[in-house]
Amino acid sequence: MIGVTHYVIVGTILFVLGVLGIFLNRKNVIVILMAIELILLAVNINLVAFSAFLNDLTGQIFAMFVLTVAAGEAAIGLAILVIYFRGRGTIAVDDVNRMKG
Amino acid sequence: MDFSASLSLVAPEIVLSLGGLLLLLCAAWMGDKASRAISIAAVIVIGAAAALTIPVLCGGAMGAGTFAFGGQMRVDAFAAFAKLLIYVSGATCLMVAPRFFDRWGAMRAEYPVLVLFAVLGMGIMVSAGDLLTLYIGLEMNSLAAYVLAAFLRVDGRSAEAGLKYFVLGALASGILLYGMSLTYGFTGSTSFDVIRAALAGDISTGALIGLIFVLAGLAFKISAVPFHMWTPDVYEGSPTPVTMFFATAPKVAAMALTMRVALDAFGAQAAAWQQIVVFVSLASIVIGALGAIGQDNIKRLLAFSSINNVGFILVGLAAATPEGASAMLVYLAIYVAMSVGSFVAVLMLRDANGDYVESISDLAGLSRTKPLIAWCLLLIMLSLAGIPPLFGFWGKLVVFQAAVDAGMIAIAAVAIAASVIGAFYYLKVGKVMFFDEPADKVAGGNDWAHWALLILSTAFISPLGYLLTGWLGELADKAATALFLVT
Repeated sequence: MIGVTHYVIVGTILFVLGVLGIFLNRKNVIVILMAIELILLAVNINLVAFSAFLNDLTGQIFAMFVLTVAAGEAAIGLAILVIYFRGRGTIAVDDVNRMKG
Repeated sequence: MDFSASLSLVAPEIVLSLGGLLLLLCAAWMGDKASRAISIAAVIVIGAAAALTIPVLCGGAMGAGTFAFGGQMRVDAFAAFAKLLIYVSGATCLMVAPRFFDRWGAMRAEYPVLVLFAVLGMGIMVSAGDLLTLYIGLEMNSLAAYVLAAFLRVDGRSAEAGLKYFVLGALASGILLYGMSLTYGFTGSTSFDVIRAALAGDISTGALIGLIFVLAGLAFKISAVPFHMWTPDVYEGSPTPVTMFFATAPKVAAMALTMRVALDAFGAQAAAWQQIVVFVSLASIVIGALGAIGQDNIKRLLAFSSINNVGFILVGLAAATPEGASAMLVYLAIYVAMSVGSFVAVLMLRDANGDYVESISDLAGLSRTKPLIAWCLLLIMLSLAGIPPLFGFWGKLVVFQAAVDAGMIAIAAVAIAASVIGAFYYLKVGKVMFFDEPADKVAGGNDWAHWALLILSTAFISPLGYLLTGWLGELADKAATALFLVT
């Protein structure tokens, strides 16, 4: 029988993968955007699983809001990335280093 | 409470959102040549929202009458205090922007609209009574802020600042959200009241992890150590009026939100988060002071200074008492004045070509070429360091007093010792301006709006500010009482 624990474990694994994706990835900023989406989806799995477990709709409504915000966040992230690419001609993570200290 | 009563409680938010949408239409219709007029209109909209908020603060609104939409939003004196600080910072950042962006012909009509939406989001953040409202307000503010950081398209540093702010901000939101999902799962609700009741007694491991994740996400937003690494880069790269905005309004909003979450939703588990807050606050004070020492860019220096100040504000949170909360609000008000003053002074430093001077070594001998700016900047720096006759000292004093009253003498002692390290780099700026050979970089005049803002904020942080202590303390006490009402 698959219970709420299994869902939370899947959510946790996805969340950790997302965070690692942001920190370990040295190649491409687009991959970071995907990692951010992964984090938000991990949270959604958690919310929906808890919502079903608690018999309470709030979690599912919350998940809807998270989805909407994730869409907006991806749009803004890509827009900033386009501006950045126009100026620098690269989106490699290691090149994002004009400011240091 | 019926729907119309709820709507009348959130009148400032309605004014801001309708004003923002209307001005967005104007911006689309009239284009960039109307950007100055739209900026002025945006300041008026913020002023109207502030006028609607002042009675809430002065009346000391609190209790069930302030719960809008079934407790989703709490329009009490605490929210009003934070909102007024946010409105003031938002309006000042609109006033100084057109002149700055005109240097590159980059003043766009979207700028005031984005600031309006960011201010609206922050207003929702500070009056959140539910995790859902908290998240919506936070994202509304953040999404506008990411765009603002990357606003100066001709400058590669601005796009890089936008990118860094976006990636780390989105990560922080993710961490916060994950914490909220665990909190929801282990307490059964997203409402602060229910969470508070559910957490009374022993805390379960899951809820504890949720609490830690929520606090970590919020620490990102207030740029407290160990989540501060984005701050210097973003502050340096963003256009200076935007940096001024980041250093004031979102900081007030996130700090007020942290207070609400820690003292209200997690108020029953103060012992669980107090140690975390103590560590974060002392680490911020020390890293903020040490990191600033080697910096030559004044915006980077001010970034570390803001990390340092966040540490001092958190000392008040560690006390977890109404006195501590009131002291934090007083400190926040003084901090906003000091930040506005320092960034307006930075905006007034331009060389003969009209380019902005950001390097501290270029300020050498400023006292001889521009004595008034140099004196104002010196007073603000000394106030940031907390040197006694200036008003910045009062903020530190009330915060330490609250900590000592709560029996946290050791923390107050360490914080005071660390503030001595901090004084070093503030004084270094003064030494460069007053005793070094003139570099003669800074030239050119400034308009009256900059002078007025600089003189006003310097007057506020000067010893004249002590005339306001009674009034400011009374308002902060009202706000803190509203926050602690549920206890």
